[in-house]
Amino acid sequence: MTDRVLLSIENVAVDLPTPRGNLRAVDRVDLKVGAGRTLGIVGESGCGKTMLSRAILQLLPKKAKLSGRVMFDGQDLVSLDPEKLRKLRGRSLAVVFQDPMTSLNPVLTIGTQLIETLQEHLELDANSAKKRSVELLAAVGIPAPEQRLTQYPHQLSGGMRQRVAIAIALSCEPKLLIADEPTTALDVTIQAQILDLLAREQRRRHMAMILITHDLGVVAGRTDEVAVMYAGRVVERAPTPALFKKMRMPYTEALLAAIPKIDAAPHTLLPAISGRPPDPTRPIKGCSFSPRCRYAAGQCHTEKPPLAAAESPAHQYACFHPIEIAAGVPA
Amino acid sequence: MATLELALDEEILAQPVKRGRRLGPLFWAAIGWMVLVFAVAIFADFLPLPSSTDMDMLERRAPFSAAHWLGTDGLGRDELARLIYGARISLIVGLCAPVIGLTIGGALGMLSGYFRGRFETLVVGSMDVLLAFPPLILVLAVIAFVGQSIFNLTLILGVLSVPASMRVARAATLTLSRREFVIAAQALGASHARILLRELLPNVMLPLFAFFLLGVAVIIVVEGALSFLGLGVPPPTSSWGSMIGEGRESLDIAPRLAFLPATAMFLTVLSFNLVGDALRALTDPRQGAL
Amino acid sequence: MAFFVARRLLYLVPVLIAVSLLTFSIASLLPGDLAYTILADQATPENLAALRRDMGLDQPIWWRYFSWLGNVLQGDFGRSFRTGQTVLQAVAERLPVSIELMLLAQFGALAIGVPLAIVCAARSGGPFDRFMTGTAFGMLSVPTFLSAILLIYFFAVELRWLPATGYVPFAEDPVGNLRFMVLPAMTLALAEWPGIMRILRSDMIATLQEDYIALAKAKGLTPARILFVHALKPSSLTLVTITGINIGRLIGGAVIVETVFALPGIGRLLVGAITTRDLIILQGVVLLVAAGFVIMNFIVDLLYAVLDPRIRHGHA
Repeated sequence: MTDRVLLSIENVAVDLPTPRGNLRAVDRVDLKVGAGRTLGIVGESGCGKTMLSRAILQLLPKKAKLSGRVMFDGQDLVSLDPEKLRKLRGRSLAVVFQDPMTSLNPVLTIGTQLIETLQEHLELDANSAKKRSVELLAAVGIPAPEQRLTQYPHQLSGGMRQRVAIAIALSCEPKLLIADEPTTALDVTIQAQILDLLAREQRRRHMAMILITHDLGVVAGRTDEVAVMYAGRVVERAPTPALFKKMRMPYTEALLAAIPKIDAAPHTLLPAISGRPPDPTRPIKGCSFSPRCRYAAGQCHTEKPPLAAAESPAHQYACFHPIEIAAGVPA
Repeated sequence: MATLELALDEEILAQPVKRGRRLGPLFWAAIGWMVLVFAVAIFADFLPLPSSTDMDMLERRAPFSAAHWLGTDGLGRDELARLIYGARISLIVGLCAPVIGLTIGGALGMLSGYFRGRFETLVVGSMDVLLAFPPLILVLAVIAFVGQSIFNLTLILGVLSVPASMRVARAATLTLSRREFVIAAQALGASHARILLRELLPNVMLPLFAFFLLGVAVIIVVEGALSFLGLGVPPPTSSWGSMIGEGRESLDIAPRLAFLPATAMFLTVLSFNLVGDALRALTDPRQGAL
Repeated sequence: MAFFVARRLLYLVPVLIAVSLLTFSIASLLPGDLAYTILADQATPENLAALRRDMGLDQPIWWRYFSWLGNVLQGDFGRSFRTGQTVLQAVAERLPVSIELMLLAQFGALAIGVPLAIVCAARSGGPFDRFMTGTAFGMLSVPTFLSAILLIYFFAVELRWLPATGYVPFAEDPVGNLRFMVLPAMTLALAEWPGIMRILRSDMIATLQEDYIALAKAKGLTPARILFVHALKPSSLTLVTITGINIGRLIGGAVIVETVFALPGIGRLLVGAITTRDLIILQGVVLLVAAGFVIMNFIVDLLYAVLDPRIRHGHA
């Protein structure tokens, strides 16, 4: 399989004007996603990962200012004609939001919400659209799919609703699927099922996927590459196995340590990361993580570390005092 | 202006409340007009105006002139003077009636919002009953009963303003009662009277005042409508409403006789609405921290 | 759900009783000797006494109230002494006029307010939105009777397109009927549209912030579809409520409009009853109108609960 770059985010920055000053939600991010590959984006709330996903889709709030380029399949989405953009969305570019209770329209039936996408992009007639919808619902593992067409979102359980949202996203065979915290709003028991579903569909359709989450454990084993974001920047990026084996950023280490481990002794203290993410309207001089970093020293407080390559060019990190850790992939 | 809008893309920006709304030029223009009307109405007797009651049958419906700046009406009386004295009447009713409504309604609202229980149900129920009647009909019926006079008109309009004031006061009290400063006062053993008067009243007064201004606008309109039909202020006293009603007769020859008082009334009502609306946006106790 | 309905019904009954009491009191307290007014020239002491006995006017007020109430509950609202019509007949005659006026006015208000609200919500913050919101605010400061004479001036006096006053029943002359109804309906529509537009606009702006609208955009649906199917539908609940409340309000007959345009509706019936001291009509019609308003509110409350399950289970 050729490593054709499908999505290339180039020097993208998102600024939001607020009464308290300019808020830089995304700070010059560069990322690439190859066709059929999965990229995981990990970070705490407020690190800019959701803003980044909205920037890709060109669904930013009205007041936001976007700079940089988002090259998708050879076209720059930022400067693309709105009508062409609209045709791309839902068709080649699809998204699954975090909370299916709010992302599905409560007054429209499941069927309507599935069929309208099919009719809009594939121009199917009503009957074919219906048939295809039933197939899609079955493919995502929803029992009794025909009945679901006339049901409303609130009649389904959380996990079911998210499956519906996934079905909608997959309906027109997109080239890239962005899943923004797809399991955060769901029960823990369902989370693995949904993630497996996404992974399975992605493999079957040779679809590229961006999996956004705050949980490092979610991306392990399910992604090809991981980018860790903090305070609007990418602070470490590596192929997934390399990230877990040889992470460099202290932040990544802290994130990993914060995941509860099933084989830890009972009553083990969960090491939380002390402090809070920085206020985006008051950028910190130096490394954004330095106030909370165990290893911070001198230079960390005065200069922003650039994103530099480790021994292999695929692994990049932004730190003056990287750690050499061999960590096991979490269970 | 209107309180509603502002595209709320700011979920991410999470602003608590837009307290610092700038009071635009329109707001100050409204204040300016209100001051003008008040000043002119209060000091009418001292202004160098022709008499508003002297009829000059030879100069009926005269156009604008140096002698009569705004012309004369159907009976030759100076229009400008009549407008100014009409302002007096419209304002008297317009201000006094809401004050009555505010006092009684405000008290009832605060008490029912504070004490809750059966008293509250009784008060709210009575207001609902009052509100079930078409207000104009109620006014007309009562006027027929007690006679047409400015005092009676003001009184009945005041009574009709009670339910709305009650609602505002009650809503504000309900919100404020749960705030910490009230609970603190209760914990300190303050009596009900003290809490009501010292803690709640000052805070309830703010939204009530904004509502008062809006009420003035409404009353001016209602009184205007009644006088327009000849059923409001008794002749020969005239308010803007009666002037408009009289002007209706001459719509074909001299439409200005209806439209001059109409403009005055419109500008005044608009001003009260603008100021009241702006103040309401600023003083709603449901917004803001604590 | 049944519990909710029962609770609201329980509240309804005392309100209706209080309404009837208030109506009766006001009517009874109107000055003027009713018997004297009826007999006029033929009033002699014996006739007056006889009539009073007949009408029960010599009985204590509470007896009269209950006797009246008893009749009302059996459908007998009394008979006007002036026209000889029963209250129900008078109402039946006038009601179609008021209803037609109300329907045309509501339709007009919706036809103006709803499209404006949609456009303003879609382009909120923009110049058109600001202009329209300002205009709506300004319109709210224009009293109904002012709009009435403005419209009369332009259309009846200046342009002479439409008549200023008058009425002819629809059954007799549909075109004529509509010609007479245009100005009055427009007057009311001009008074109603700002309220509708503001509320629907604010509702839609809130709806447009929802996640499901973002997803609809991400699905690449056309802006028209997003606006009319995804955004308008959830907001239509509010629309239904406002319309219901307005209808309830206008049941009282738009007194000003009916008087200015000389329409034989309920409003003018009432005003006439007051001026001629026709107590029976006054009592009966006011009771019907007030009760109608209360019941209409009750229905709107129920409708709201039916359409929004949260209201059913929580507290309104």
